[in-house]
Amino acid sequence: MSAHAAGTNTGISNAKLGTWSFLASEVMLFGGLISAYIILRSGSSQFFVPPRAMMGVPLATLNTFVLISSSVTMVLAIAAIQVGNVQKLKRFLLCTIGGGGIFLMIKAYEYNHKWHEGITISGSLFGSFYYTLTGLHMVHVVGGMALLSYIYWQASRGDFTAASHDRVECTGLYWHLVDLVWVLLFPILYLL
Amino acid sequence: MSDHGHGQAHGEPTSFLWKYVFSVDHKVIGIQYLITSFLFLLVGFSMMLLMRYQLAWPQPGADFDPENLGALRGFIAWLFGETNMPYGYMDPAFYNQLGAMHGTIMIFLGVVPLGVAAFGNFILPLQIGADDMAFPRLNMASYWVYLVGGIIMMSSFLAPGGAAQSGWTSYAPLSVVAPTGQTIWLIAMIVIITSSLLGSINFIVTTLNMRAKGMTLGRMPIFCWVQLVTAVLLLLAFPVLEAGAVLQLLDRVAGSSFYIPKDMMYGDTVFPRSGGGSPLLWQHLFWFLAHPEVYVLLLPAMGIVTEIIVTNTRKPVFGYKELVGSFLLIGALSFVVWAHHMFVSGMRTSIANLFVTTTMTISVPSVAILTCLILSLRGAQIRFNTPMLFALAFLPMFGIGGLTGLPLGFAPTDLYLHDTYYVIGHFHYVVAPGSLAALLGGTYYWFPKMFGRKMNEPLGKVHFWGTLVGLNLVFFPMFFQGMWGMNRRLADPTLHLHNMPVQGWSTVILGGAILIAVSQIPFVWNFFWSIWRGEKAGDNPWQSTTLEWACPSPPPHGNFATPPVVYRGPYEYSVPGRKADYWPQTDAT
Repeated sequence: MSAHAAGTNTGISNAKLGTWSFLASEVMLFGGLISAYIILRSGSSQFFVPPRAMMGVPLATLNTFVLISSSVTMVLAIAAIQVGNVQKLKRFLLCTIGGGGIFLMIKAYEYNHKWHEGITISGSLFGSFYYTLTGLHMVHVVGGMALLSYIYWQASRGDFTAASHDRVECTGLYWHLVDLVWVLLFPILYLL
Repeated sequence: MSDHGHGQAHGEPTSFLWKYVFSVDHKVIGIQYLITSFLFLLVGFSMMLLMRYQLAWPQPGADFDPENLGALRGFIAWLFGETNMPYGYMDPAFYNQLGAMHGTIMIFLGVVPLGVAAFGNFILPLQIGADDMAFPRLNMASYWVYLVGGIIMMSSFLAPGGAAQSGWTSYAPLSVVAPTGQTIWLIAMIVIITSSLLGSINFIVTTLNMRAKGMTLGRMPIFCWVQLVTAVLLLLAFPVLEAGAVLQLLDRVAGSSFYIPKDMMYGDTVFPRSGGGSPLLWQHLFWFLAHPEVYVLLLPAMGIVTEIIVTNTRKPVFGYKELVGSFLLIGALSFVVWAHHMFVSGMRTSIANLFVTTTMTISVPSVAILTCLILSLRGAQIRFNTPMLFALAFLPMFGIGGLTGLPLGFAPTDLYLHDTYYVIGHFHYVVAPGSLAALLGGTYYWFPKMFGRKMNEPLGKVHFWGTLVGLNLVFFPMFFQGMWGMNRRLADPTLHLHNMPVQGWSTVILGGAILIAVSQIPFVWNFFWSIWRGEKAGDNPWQSTTLEWACPSPPPHGNFATPPVVYRGPYEYSVPGRKADYWPQTDAT
């Protein structure tokens, strides 16, 4: 794939340019939802923010840490294949998938806990936004994990070399965006 | 992954199923889009025909005999059922369903797939000298997702309570309390948005990455530029509607209240929701998509018109750089004008002023484009063939549509004209005699490339004149009705006495609509007859310069026998000192 990148007009491979375009649309998707959240939170007289104690900030901080770590392992995975080390690539891909898994488990615990404390999707505007934003983000995490598993399988098959590993990089770009969205959601939902 | 690079993108399939149905060839996909979107246009138009029939005679007269309905009314009552068309008159709820679905089908399943996906898919890779789109399999997925979305959308008529009936704009809170059809509408929209997303990524990457040697951005035909701008608009605007649609879906199925205010009255009780949301939020999210969408409807048409005009005037286009700059400016500005659809929502005058200003600003590049196209005609020996007639008709029709939009862009005049037939007349002039005429012209223009044969000229002229006269008979009277104050969205406008003096025009409009319907018969006949029996066209029947005419008609799998090399700009016509009056981009000397 990278071998072909030189043949494109921009010098960027099709896959990577396509990934960047896709990420731009993702930014608009989350941008639309976050704008809606900001507008109603600042504009609606009926927007009640639950006390911070109810939000479980320590657990969410841990989750943020887990997701950022998984981004770091993703970077290490790409660094590994750049020097052609497939074994290391596979190990770091597993770490990244594992990071996503831990994130999801903590999130599931959080959902259960919050629902029983009375923060539900229909109970209040905050609850609606909380479950919509984090839910959509979770869908993206699950999608990313599926993608990473597919990349892992391809790596096992020996598809990637130091010269040709565009798919790993594109998956990495996507995973970083998923991470970045959470870094935005964490302060606006838990801290502010 | 090597299949995504330059060079032969994929092998040629041999079995019928993989060659014509599940094809990854951009030309087959383009034709699939072409035929599907024409079918959806026919469906959307038929709905409108039924609505215009209702509006022409909305109420039974004094001598109406319910026992003996008469042939036509009896047939219509039987065809659509007594609940939808009692005694051959339309039930208001059914009218609302047809209205919402007409708009949705025409825009999202008809005109946009025709302008962007059909012509874009077929022509864009040819014009930039590529062997296919950047992601052929994504391209196929985009078509099939679109088709599934369309089928889901149509299936909503079978839902209890009927199809979506809150307008194509689906304004909350009406849409939140509407019957199940609205949920299906939202799901179908999310599917269609996904298809459009796959397509737009493909178009952007193809245009930026797959150009032939020598095809710099500054040598691209105008049509490629508009496809690029359109793809960016679709890429960035549609996800915001998707966000809005997700919120509306949750409001409907999960009991949230993003769009439901506190203690909203529904019927004679309070709607049981926690409340606190804002119906205006939906309008903002919706129009943030839907205004760029207007340009998605328009820009491909402008690109097609440019190509046809340049070819048939045998002159270089007037102001290539000005045109490209105007298209880019329109693309950027289209994201900051959306609230001019909402002047009657009670927004602050300071905000209204902001959007009046941006709206007036965006009319500048639009007028610049129209001016360039008109000046391209100056002093030319014009060839009046069918595609050129449609392209020439686009200019005044878009002019009428654009100029009648100015009073709607000013908040004070909009307050009066909003929710009247004036608005309907205005935007239909842009989309129907404007965009759609250009797209029909594009069909005649590129048909020889698609099927290797020309369409019949006399039949094309009958089609053109019937369609043009019909469209104007339909939409021009709407300005009279609207300025008089006749309300839109009513199954029976005669219920309001102030609508009565202009009610008579509705009969004229029905006549125009029937004329349009009849005029499409020669087109459909011409289309299918010409595929097999039309005059053989050859590679370059219009003696044109751009790259799509440099390959065989129809182009084989992989398009060009050898990768083309481009030596000059797209519109080198009547160059002094040359024998032929056109100088193809691929000619070395």
